[in-house]
Amino acid sequence: MTVTDAAADATPKGVGDPILDLLNGFIVQLRAAGLPVSLTENLDAMQAIRHVPLEDRETFKYALAATLVKHHNHWKAFETVFEVYFSLRGDDYQIGDELVELPEMDDDEQGDQQGSGDQQGGGGENLTPEELAEMLYQSLMRGDQQMMRGVARQAVKRYAGMEPGRPVGGTYYLYRTLRNLDIDGVLERLLEQEQNEDGEAPSDFEQRLARDEYQSRANQLQQEIEAEIRRRLVADRGVEAMAKTLRKPLPEDVDFMHASREEMASLRKAIWPLTRKLAARLQRKRRHGRKGPLDFRRTVRASLSYGGVPAEPKFRNPRPHKPEIFVIADISGSVAAFARFTLHLVYAISGQFSKVRAFVFIDGLDEVTHMFEGVEDINEAVHRVNTEADVVWVDGHSDYGHALGVFWEKYGNEIGARTSIMILGDARNNYHASESWIIKAMNEKARAVHWLNPEPQSYWDTGDSIVGEYAQHCDGTFEVRNLRQLEAFVDNLA
Amino acid sequence: MSHRFSDVAALKDELAGVDYLSDEGIAGVVYLADRLQKPILVEGPAGTGKTQLAKSVSEITGARLIRLQCYEGLDEAKALYEWNYKKQLLRIQAEGGSDEDWTDLSDDIFSDEFLLTRPLLEAIRAEEPVVLLIDEVDRVEVETEALLLEILSDYQVSIPELGTLEAKQIPLVFLTSNNTRELSEALKRRCLYLHVDYPDMEREKTIVLTKVPDITENLAGQVARVVRSIRQIELKKHPSVSETLDWAKTLVLLGVEKIDEQTAASTINILLKYQSDINKALKELATADGVTP
Repeated sequence: MTVTDAAADATPKGVGDPILDLLNGFIVQLRAAGLPVSLTENLDAMQAIRHVPLEDRETFKYALAATLVKHHNHWKAFETVFEVYFSLRGDDYQIGDELVELPEMDDDEQGDQQGSGDQQGGGGENLTPEELAEMLYQSLMRGDQQMMRGVARQAVKRYAGMEPGRPVGGTYYLYRTLRNLDIDGVLERLLEQEQNEDGEAPSDFEQRLARDEYQSRANQLQQEIEAEIRRRLVADRGVEAMAKTLRKPLPEDVDFMHASREEMASLRKAIWPLTRKLAARLQRKRRHGRKGPLDFRRTVRASLSYGGVPAEPKFRNPRPHKPEIFVIADISGSVAAFARFTLHLVYAISGQFSKVRAFVFIDGLDEVTHMFEGVEDINEAVHRVNTEADVVWVDGHSDYGHALGVFWEKYGNEIGARTSIMILGDARNNYHASESWIIKAMNEKARAVHWLNPEPQSYWDTGDSIVGEYAQHCDGTFEVRNLRQLEAFVDNLA
Repeated sequence: MSHRFSDVAALKDELAGVDYLSDEGIAGVVYLADRLQKPILVEGPAGTGKTQLAKSVSEITGARLIRLQCYEGLDEAKALYEWNYKKQLLRIQAEGGSDEDWTDLSDDIFSDEFLLTRPLLEAIRAEEPVVLLIDEVDRVEVETEALLLEILSDYQVSIPELGTLEAKQIPLVFLTSNNTRELSEALKRRCLYLHVDYPDMEREKTIVLTKVPDITENLAGQVARVVRSIRQIELKKHPSVSETLDWAKTLVLLGVEKIDEQTAASTINILLKYQSDINKALKELATADGVTP
């Protein structure tokens, strides 16, 4: 079916307008969360929901996901928006008896009706804390989804102390609930139980497996609790407000400088495809330039068979392009988070190119190439760089001028015409001398010098930042604060 | 146009009937692909049954599976169609003596008879129902992706000398990708997107039970548990489903009934293929406390 056809009957037959409005609202929320939803995809989604039973929540969710989310990294963002937006729709998902009427999106007052009081939760009656603790223990032991949901509802009602209109985030409620439930304590009890049953002490290996098992169930429970809190918050504040508070940057927009541990882990995974892309780009360049420069001698020789007319020009074989990459990275405190990321990047790049040399500096400079060589575990390499590299010259505050001076003196001669130099740092020089002539001299010898700056462009050249001074001698200065910008840089480079 | 599947649950059962254990997401997307007549882009880590999905679907629908394996340097002549150049030459030579008009001849040599169909065109021209599998589409260059666009959105192929060939039936199209590079927006927009991840523990256990003959339920459960724990460790390459199955088969052959530390240590090389991963996993598994995720 062509796009125009789809557009013509985009209004699904048999599905009323309310659904369309609902879906439109949902797509607005998705776009607000940063997901790139195109018009075609929007139409596809409308087509898709004609074919799935609307009462089947999971299938409905997958139908929307298949048409609207085209990137695995975006799944989490989609799920959050979906859970918030449709949290109060569907039978299992209503809050209490008083809320049979679904609250309208713009109806903020509705939430007031449901106090944190004593209406019936989804599963289970009002329980004493002891009973609840026992239920928690049982549900974790059996891994019973239904029971966990019941526990989650009860726990949130009892412990979270949620009050309508109270301006605190969901994390606060989550913290309160979890503290009261004491899941860790229950886990310990479960593990001890396991030991007693066997009669003999289990090996470390078995304990480990059991712990993973219970931990994953506990995580499941925590998710249930989060979902329950979210539902109540949505009922209180309305969909739009909640969607806004829960909005997190997409993985490619996460700032390197302020990435959390989990975000860092997912960034690390994303670096590999990026370096492969870089390598592929450079390689393709190689393939495209199939012919080298004109080979005068052979052309004249060939011309003899045409009576001296150079009818058949001969070319030299192209010289294979073997890029050499020098990475010079600032690892001082001000860019510590970025530096960690940088080192991962260096490690990834060195797997793709034959000649990669890495240097790190604060106010002194040291070569760390050998620390990455033959190392299987990147974390070990990063640890060695941080502890062993000799980068402090005087006081351990960034001094770009001195570090560049050392580089020029020690390694300047090794820069050749095939060398690409990447300098990573914020150029906050603590008011030392810039020595920017070194960059100029480097650029004269090297193929290219690029400067990657992890600071937002608006901060450049403010305070002690002197990136502008260096930039005039570089081939390009780039703001690289997130994966998206790094990808753009890679695209530009090749 | 009749539909291949009546509803999602039935599709799921049918897939289970040919030993492919799907979940809500997988079955739902395949069902939608049939209804919306759109291709499916299946992404996910290696060894999670992406290719198998296409094979299983072709098996339950009784359709012929046409497979195009992508690789770097794949071009039109190998993916779409090619003129049978030698045959054309013969034809011209055979006519050499006669005074046939050149326009007739050129019409003649650019006709069906001299066309060599390649997988994509073959899928379009097939009379019977087919399932088209475009495997590892991330291996071709970005430029080559454009070859696929026409066929994916309109189910037709334009040949300059012949005109546009439209599909006789709408094939069910699967594209798989190991996500080694970002596919172009244009391609993604035309497809339904399905991400197949490692199965959760319960599903993995069922997969092991169906695929490994003679395995006890107890052992299958243990296998799934150990694999789940290993996947939580940060490794270069996590064990895939096929590797899990290999491991389970090995354990059955060895007559193992209960996986203990020694058994795991001596057979873990079936699950993990990097020495550093093996060392790390063994070290991790031997610590009772574990890393709380």
